[in-house]
Amino acid sequence: MALDKVRIGFLPLVDAALPILAREQGFAEAEGLEIIPVRDKTWATVRDRLLYGHSDAAHLVAPLAIATALGRGRPAEPIAVPFVLGLNGNAITLSLPLADAVLDDSVRGEDGLADPVLLGARLKTVALARAAAGRPLRFGVVHRYSSHNYMLRYWLAAVGIRPDEDVEIVTNSPSFAADALATGEIDGICVGEPWNSVAVDRGVGRIALVTAQIWRRGVEKVLAMRTATLGADPDRARRLVRALHAAAAHFVDPATRDASAAILARPEYLDAPVDPIARAISDRVRLTQGADPIHVPDFMFQYREAANFPWRSQAAWLYAQMIRWDGIPYSAEAAEIAQGVFRPDIYRAALAGSGAPLPNASSKLEGSIDGAAIGAGSTQGRLFLGRDPFFDHRAFDPDDIPGYLAASV
Amino acid sequence: MRIAIIDTSTTRAAIISDGLREAGLDDIVVIDGAGGLVAALEAAAPEVILINLENPSRDVLEEFFTVSRTLARPIAMFVDQSDSESTAAAVDAGVSAYIVDGLAKHRIKPVIDLAVRRFQAFSRLQAELHEAKSALADRTTIDRAKAILMKRRSIDEPAAYGLLRGQAMRSNRRIAEIADAIITSDALMGDL
Repeated sequence: MALDKVRIGFLPLVDAALPILAREQGFAEAEGLEIIPVRDKTWATVRDRLLYGHSDAAHLVAPLAIATALGRGRPAEPIAVPFVLGLNGNAITLSLPLADAVLDDSVRGEDGLADPVLLGARLKTVALARAAAGRPLRFGVVHRYSSHNYMLRYWLAAVGIRPDEDVEIVTNSPSFAADALATGEIDGICVGEPWNSVAVDRGVGRIALVTAQIWRRGVEKVLAMRTATLGADPDRARRLVRALHAAAAHFVDPATRDASAAILARPEYLDAPVDPIARAISDRVRLTQGADPIHVPDFMFQYREAANFPWRSQAAWLYAQMIRWDGIPYSAEAAEIAQGVFRPDIYRAALAGSGAPLPNASSKLEGSIDGAAIGAGSTQGRLFLGRDPFFDHRAFDPDDIPGYLAASV
Repeated sequence: MRIAIIDTSTTRAAIISDGLREAGLDDIVVIDGAGGLVAALEAAAPEVILINLENPSRDVLEEFFTVSRTLARPIAMFVDQSDSESTAAAVDAGVSAYIVDGLAKHRIKPVIDLAVRRFQAFSRLQAELHEAKSALADRTTIDRAKAILMKRRSIDEPAAYGLLRGQAMRSNRRIAEIADAIITSDALMGDL
């Protein structure tokens, strides 16, 4: 039987792994699909190809999916996210001069990573001095509407450094992160793997924090589709979700690490060295050039605890950050559009009858589990949710965005 | 109406700006990626920006458009929601555009349509160039194979070409492929 083609846009990042492995390891074929990867250099191009039919689905930074549905910077277009491609997997890497100034044993934890609160206090002193001298620190993020931008800003604001006022935040392409650190164009960057590790291995930066330290279960890339494309062939979308879910189970199996890294490293996919990719997949992070990699639990989180389930509350958190940093007023209508982008209904329909745990609820209090894993209500399978705190221990209630924002200033 | 052109291909940028000038639109700024894209754009303050879809600076530009206080009005993506056909044609051709919000549609459309035609013409030109190059490479290969055959079998050029052509027809392959095989085997076998 002929396979149905699905073109999927992506940027060369480790967390583009699931569609790539679904293609390479036969999970797509098992669902009667042929995935055709479409690689680009910018998220703007990935988005445009999705909107104008050059691709059927895309590996996309989650906030951009919501910004597109809300018409931020362009005409609004309904977008559906039936599957989350992963949580976290990003890091904050500092240039060598800034690392020398702020990173030492007094701010490091036992594992070698910095403590976000201690590092924040140290960084604040440097940032304010630089701002006063008229040479503010400059941080790079991969896109205005990226979780990297929101994670970095969340951390800075919570330690008393005002983004855009005390420090500059600019956009940098992931694959140019190391170059920008090397030339001093930026003093630090929040970017996905393997680009932090490439900067470390080149000796132009040191990893200070991973985003899992800022929000232990932070939503990262999603599978985005035009709502119209999804609606035109819902069965194909469900098969795609199943193929990606199977690829996720495969991806987190330690036995598959080296094979997955070798596939991702290929010129047509990431076109990057295999070693840092293998490290990222196995949650190992090399903080400085030549050092032994350390194990960072939950660095990338692609499968367990129904990590691929598109919680409406995740979309609500992203919308809250968009209001906070774009300086736009809260609107209940826009909040509903934003949350409606995440489609747990499609996820459930696709995986009904499989062994996958399906949560009862579509929304939860984000960042509220700070102790042992708790059992969560499920209509299928047994679901446990592990620790998911924000580093400042504030929880996010999706039903009270205005209250959350009022307390965030 | 000032139009800025940002393109990773300087040839294509030239082709587009020529086309716009011919159409009577002569307030054009071509911005090359080297040396401060954003600063150049700020200085030019264009009302329409044409950029190739795959330009690696697009995320940086979109950030700039969102936060810019120096450009007179915010810049919105693309022509008009109601004109999605024209936009789709642009994306197909590999053109992306940013327009100052509120600019009249009838003024923008001819610019976009012209850019699309020029992009398509450029793609055709590239395809033709590629074909010409590979035709040239084929002829060189065939000439070398003919020389090998002439020397080893002591035949003249028409006979050598006849051998190549006959073998190509019998095996349903291109003459250049047969020629390539002869060159490879000659290199391996030498004077045997």
